[in-house]
Amino acid sequence: MRKVAVVGAGMTKFMRRAQETGKELAWQAAGMALDSCELTLKDVDCVVMGTAPDAFDMIHMKAEYLSDGAGAWRKPYMRGFLGGGTGVFVANQAWYHVASGLFDVCLVVAEEKMSSCLPHPQGAFVTCWDQFTESPLGTSLLWFFAWEMNRYMTAHGITEREIAQVSVKNKKNALDHPCAQLPAEITVDDVMNSEVMAWPVKRLDVSPTSDGAVALVFASEEVAKRITDKPVWVEGVGWCLDTMYIGQRDLYYPKYVEYAARMAYDMAGIKDPRAEIDIAEPYDPFSYKELHHAEGLLLCDKGEAVKLLVNGETQRTGRQPWCPSGGALGVGNAIAATGTMKVAEIFWQLRGEAGKRQVPGKPRKGVAQAWGDEMQVGTVIVLGV
Amino acid sequence: MPLDKVTQVAQTKPWHGDIPVYGQYTFGIAGERFFRDIKDKGRIMGAECAACNLVYVPPRIYCERCFGELAKWLEIPNRGVVHTFTVAHADLDGNRLKEPVVVALVKFDGVYGGLVHRLGEVEPDKVAIGMAVEMMLKPKAERTGSILDINYFRPIQA
Amino acid sequence: MSEKVKVWPGTPLGEKDIKEKRILVTEWQPNLKYAWDTGIGYGKYFAELKKGRIVGTRCAKCRRVLLPARVFCEWCFRTVDEWVYLEDTGTVNTFSVAYTGTAAERLKEPRIPALIEIDGSHGVAIMHLISEIDPWKVKIGMRVRAVWKPEPEREGAITDIAYWKPI
Repeated sequence: MRKVAVVGAGMTKFMRRAQETGKELAWQAAGMALDSCELTLKDVDCVVMGTAPDAFDMIHMKAEYLSDGAGAWRKPYMRGFLGGGTGVFVANQAWYHVASGLFDVCLVVAEEKMSSCLPHPQGAFVTCWDQFTESPLGTSLLWFFAWEMNRYMTAHGITEREIAQVSVKNKKNALDHPCAQLPAEITVDDVMNSEVMAWPVKRLDVSPTSDGAVALVFASEEVAKRITDKPVWVEGVGWCLDTMYIGQRDLYYPKYVEYAARMAYDMAGIKDPRAEIDIAEPYDPFSYKELHHAEGLLLCDKGEAVKLLVNGETQRTGRQPWCPSGGALGVGNAIAATGTMKVAEIFWQLRGEAGKRQVPGKPRKGVAQAWGDEMQVGTVIVLGV
Repeated sequence: MPLDKVTQVAQTKPWHGDIPVYGQYTFGIAGERFFRDIKDKGRIMGAECAACNLVYVPPRIYCERCFGELAKWLEIPNRGVVHTFTVAHADLDGNRLKEPVVVALVKFDGVYGGLVHRLGEVEPDKVAIGMAVEMMLKPKAERTGSILDINYFRPIQA
Repeated sequence: MSEKVKVWPGTPLGEKDIKEKRILVTEWQPNLKYAWDTGIGYGKYFAELKKGRIVGTRCAKCRRVLLPARVFCEWCFRTVDEWVYLEDTGTVNTFSVAYTGTAAERLKEPRIPALIEIDGSHGVAIMHLISEIDPWKVKIGMRVRAVWKPEPEREGAITDIAYWKPI
């Protein structure tokens, strides 16, 4: 397999409701990504699109709808769809488009326009639950997260106050992200006092729904070396799916994230992720999720993630920053685009281009992870310089 | 493994349900301007890409071929040609329409793209590909900023 | 590069922009209704619920119970070997005290959705609701029993069990 690098990135603001159509958002992000590495549409050989349920944008076959805004006019085009897991999966897809030798330059675009879905995008998730055995009980998607958080807390004896620190950290990190939707300086008490939506999940434990788009440019080794002095190499990719049946897997630990992570670490030759990974962007749609996923990424023992959080190791100035971007909690959760935002963050961090968010110490290896789908997919990418 | 035998279709009970959402779409940066021009000024605008020598209708903020930003807009004459058409006899839910509706793709001279709309003031069996048609707008007071501000296209009277 | 970018694209809108019609929007309600076939496994599962019983299936190769009843084992990809009747008692695996409903609307009275491990299945859980208890007294590990709707009201659905209550 050929070596592949990420050579450019771009994104729009993440907003509660954008005036732009999905096509326009896609073009804004894609155009910016191409400009960032001084490539034009002519240089792009193929396009990979990541976008989550058609029901969010309320457009049937929305990848086709978005294709012209994603630069795919008369080009080979492929859509990946793993719900929230899409954001990192499109990066994996771009990797194999180029690594296989079929294409030299692959443009990745991830887009979401959730504001089109009324009364609330959550209503589109009705069949995320089993329509026969679960939806008739009046299900809300929040219940699933509440269950998982409860199980996680109880299994390890972790408190809501400890988990709340993830929201505090990420929303504060997001203050330095120019595209952030909900950056804020909040306290643990603010989180504890926020509205209980489905105990133990409270309003400030939840990331917002967003409109936004992110784009990346992947290139083969030969091309990458010609266009940039700072290629960021794809060192490992992984993805894995678990059973759809909630009652058959224990929610306290995301095994499927571990399998995806192992696939990526094996490819990257990483034996000890705790020591070898400099920065991590685990998917954090909810506060406890950052910890849950970090354990799945083998960055610490099961139940130990909270200790690293509490003793400051995962702050931007800490030993192994987690979500230096501000994550979904701070920047926003434009479902498919969020994971790609995390990949873009690792890209900028490893090149020393993250501005005020820059993590000190010249990080050399980073991991980005996304999750979602029917709540059972893990997608992982390891980047390095 | 022993299975229950079902002998009548009525015994297989399907589970009924729906997905309770509806869509609210912003027109976008280009769409906002395009539809306001139809509503307030009664004119169709196109966006020009000088690099590719194309004019897009409906207009967009970018060219799909070269990805350039399209800043220059120009007015398109309100006459076009029927590129293709169909005569619809059923509605979206499959019910028979009282009166058949002629739906056409109308193309304009020198324009990349076109508009899908109804044809009016013409019998379905008199419509032909290549027919010259002109835009008929609703009265200004009835326009809301929608493709339906155009009532239909009708054959140009000789 | 990201440090050099001065203006990040995107035009955020507020509630008022739409309410006060400062920008144009168009709306559409799809007319979509579904009649999903339950399949063989769920078909039997619901037929048994109507009779007041919970049934699963057993995969002898993987030595496990599948619940709700399904006809192929997704681990080994074989057809399952037999139907298994289970108890209508169980243990709470996880739960929530929920103040939100399907369309993210606020509920005045909280509901208690839970995953309940059904006795006889060796730890396989199904989703249902708990009631007849102060929500803040529910604990993971608590024992519960199904409260069935009266027979004439049952229709062959998961709601034939009205809720679960503490034993």
